[in-house]
Amino acid sequence: MTITLTPPTSTDSLQPQGWLRYLSFSTDHKVIGLQYLVCGFIFYLIGGALAGAIRTELVTPLSDFLPRETYNEVLTLHGTVMIFLWIVPVVNGAFGNYLIPFYVGARDMAFPRLNAVAFWLIPPAGILLISSYFFASAAQSGWTAYPPLSTTTPATGQIIWILSVLLLGGSSIFGGINFIATILKLRRPGLKLMQLPMYCWAMLGTSILVVLSTPVLAGTLVLLSFDIIAHTGFFNPAMGGNAVVYQHLFWFYSHPAVYIMVLPAFGLVSEILPVHARKPLFGYTTMVYSIMAIVFLGLIVWAHHMFTSGTPPWMRLFFTIATAFIAVPTGIKFFNWLATLWGGKITLNTAMLFCCGFIVNFVFGGITGVALAQVPFDIHVHDTYFVVGHFHYIVYGGTVFVIFASIYHWYPKVTGRLLNEPLGQLHFWLTFVGFNLCFAPQHWLGLNGMPRRVAEYDPQFTLINQFSSAGALLMAISTVPFLINVVMSAFNGEPAGDNPWNALTPEWLTSSPPPVENWKGEPPLVHEPYGYGVVPGQLSLEASSGRDLWNLGQGEQR
Amino acid sequence: MRIPPAILTLLAGMALVLTGLWIGQNVNLLPVQASVNAPVYDELFKVLFSIGAILFIGIVGLIVYSLVRFRRRVGDSGDGAAIEGNLPLEILWTAIPAVVVLFVGIYSYDIYDRMGGMTPLNDHSMHSMQTSEQRTWGGISPVALEGNGAIAPLPVDVTAMQFAFIFHYPDSDITSGELHVPVGQPVALQMKALDVIHAFWVPQFRLKQDVIPGQPTLLSFTPTRAGQYPIVCAELCGPYHGGMRSNVIVEEPETFAAWVAKNSPAAPAPATAPVQS
Repeated sequence: MTITLTPPTSTDSLQPQGWLRYLSFSTDHKVIGLQYLVCGFIFYLIGGALAGAIRTELVTPLSDFLPRETYNEVLTLHGTVMIFLWIVPVVNGAFGNYLIPFYVGARDMAFPRLNAVAFWLIPPAGILLISSYFFASAAQSGWTAYPPLSTTTPATGQIIWILSVLLLGGSSIFGGINFIATILKLRRPGLKLMQLPMYCWAMLGTSILVVLSTPVLAGTLVLLSFDIIAHTGFFNPAMGGNAVVYQHLFWFYSHPAVYIMVLPAFGLVSEILPVHARKPLFGYTTMVYSIMAIVFLGLIVWAHHMFTSGTPPWMRLFFTIATAFIAVPTGIKFFNWLATLWGGKITLNTAMLFCCGFIVNFVFGGITGVALAQVPFDIHVHDTYFVVGHFHYIVYGGTVFVIFASIYHWYPKVTGRLLNEPLGQLHFWLTFVGFNLCFAPQHWLGLNGMPRRVAEYDPQFTLINQFSSAGALLMAISTVPFLINVVMSAFNGEPAGDNPWNALTPEWLTSSPPPVENWKGEPPLVHEPYGYGVVPGQLSLEASSGRDLWNLGQGEQR
Repeated sequence: MRIPPAILTLLAGMALVLTGLWIGQNVNLLPVQASVNAPVYDELFKVLFSIGAILFIGIVGLIVYSLVRFRRRVGDSGDGAAIEGNLPLEILWTAIPAVVVLFVGIYSYDIYDRMGGMTPLNDHSMHSMQTSEQRTWGGISPVALEGNGAIAPLPVDVTAMQFAFIFHYPDSDITSGELHVPVGQPVALQMKALDVIHAFWVPQFRLKQDVIPGQPTLLSFTPTRAGQYPIVCAELCGPYHGGMRSNVIVEEPETFAAWVAKNSPAAPAPATAPVQS
């Protein structure tokens, strides 16, 4: 991991120039954002290959594709890579760094060097994690690393896993502090908090969660490493420790981690939908309050991951109610998005398709989530493929769909060129069909008796597992048109102009790609980032949104 | 004359609710019911499934309708209506989910109570198989079940280890790799783990409980249907986690009594060794 620094050649910039700056310790928030995105995507491909290995193993009910130890290493690496190296860095680091300074009217993040440090912790941590497979054996205890399993499997791999997650957690905390400082302190004078684009609120909420909960994970993992290296007994029942305490501490971070992965995605959807529906974001104020409600509730629901563990009955009841109530603020957000679409003039491009795919998938995952919050329901399906299906509906059907939507939406901003639409639509439909084929049947598998994290299973589940694996294959294929599109369009794409979507948020009110320090002159002061739409009275409301227009449109088609 | 849109919306809503209810009641996604609490569980499942189906079909329907109805038409470059919010509407769609969620929470509490989940675990006066110094950390207590038929629960000690379950019957001193239980009698499993965390799961009983080293747990159920059902380890416990399975054999009381008589250490047949299938 060499850091290439070119000596300052020109007088007007101290930053390395050209493509080299993407491999450098650049402090430009846009460069760092792209570094996060590309680095994350490389890890997405690695994590996807690991998922492919899992789905290949599960084509047959026997453990015949990978050695059993290797299978457990693969599932541990898959979870860790996808969460800590793909979704969290991309949905926070990549889009957060690229967009937040624009949105608050700043020329960079509050702490540009800390920002670069936060990014440059990620490649070494990722390489460390993956290399553990080659020079020792990777961790085998799942991404949850529950002791005593994690203290009895090969120690080297587990310690490397802990070190890697600690580095990534550090990176995440640095990023979180930076976002909080930027959003609260770097706003252009005259810009009020309630005038910020919704993604700022999402990142503020997310960063609060990161700063409050990630240190708990770090502390827990340090204790776990003491148990492994120094043979202390924090979580070792044979030495008077308590294995369940680890689960409490772990989920105190790892449940908020789900919101760290989905809240920024909620914010990004709130940016994309109004632009392509040509309507203001519906219910701005309730959106803000629901984000804050999710942040608060997200911190007090962790024990719903432990309903079958050693938890007393009263605790199960409290966490059931608290968890189910998250559905209320989340529901508000979804109803607001539906109301944003209602009565708009919707351009059904790839960004919009991925957003709608996100809504469909996430609603499904949310419904199974409310069901899982109910203790008696969870007691049957906990630690089964039902949970695997639910979780992937949230983080893949939810967040990853939004990441793709965001790439289609902001690609013209970054490159000045549009992505190819037909290839994009192909990408969407392959992903959507493949995703649902892969994960929907897993709910049935879980209900009928297939536990998660197994390399072998009851032969009665063979056919459904093969459907699921076929879906995974489709998802793998779907990345091909995407990669072709991204690479080809960078050179040959249709020139987009500065603002191809006629958007009003501040990142579009500069050139595409934007200059260093974002604007040539003064940053624009945007009081109404969602000021789309025809004001009533300016044009007859009946004619623009009523049945008349429907009839008019029908007439035009004939 | 046109049918007013309000009537159409009302009809669509009614059709949606009826469809959701029908799906929830008639689409069966669960395995056979083999314990007292399985039908109770399935009742909850049907309610959740109905609510979920109504919500999902409704939202997907709204999205598809919006995308078609409000699509941008060729040559139109205008904007939609500048509607920034509607407070009564927003209050409505906050209140309805809150009420639904609260109802579901209370209902599932009731279900859990009927399963015996809310009974204190360490109420030593009520059942005798527990030594007083041993604390039970989690699970479902047999106390609630005892009330129904007034049959004393059958105690079984479960030991989970990498990668097998061992069942010991303290009353008859039988040790077995498979769990034999009679139909209709409550069973109380005292579970402990020797190495790492395991989980005892019988899908047909709709019950699962982690087996945690250092923290004994308890799981009670009353089987209702004779047959052989899988016991599945549901917590990642090492390389052979997927192979850590056994069977629970639910037998008629006479068959069970015969099995006990045949396998008691006093009888010539020795206790079966732990089976790993």
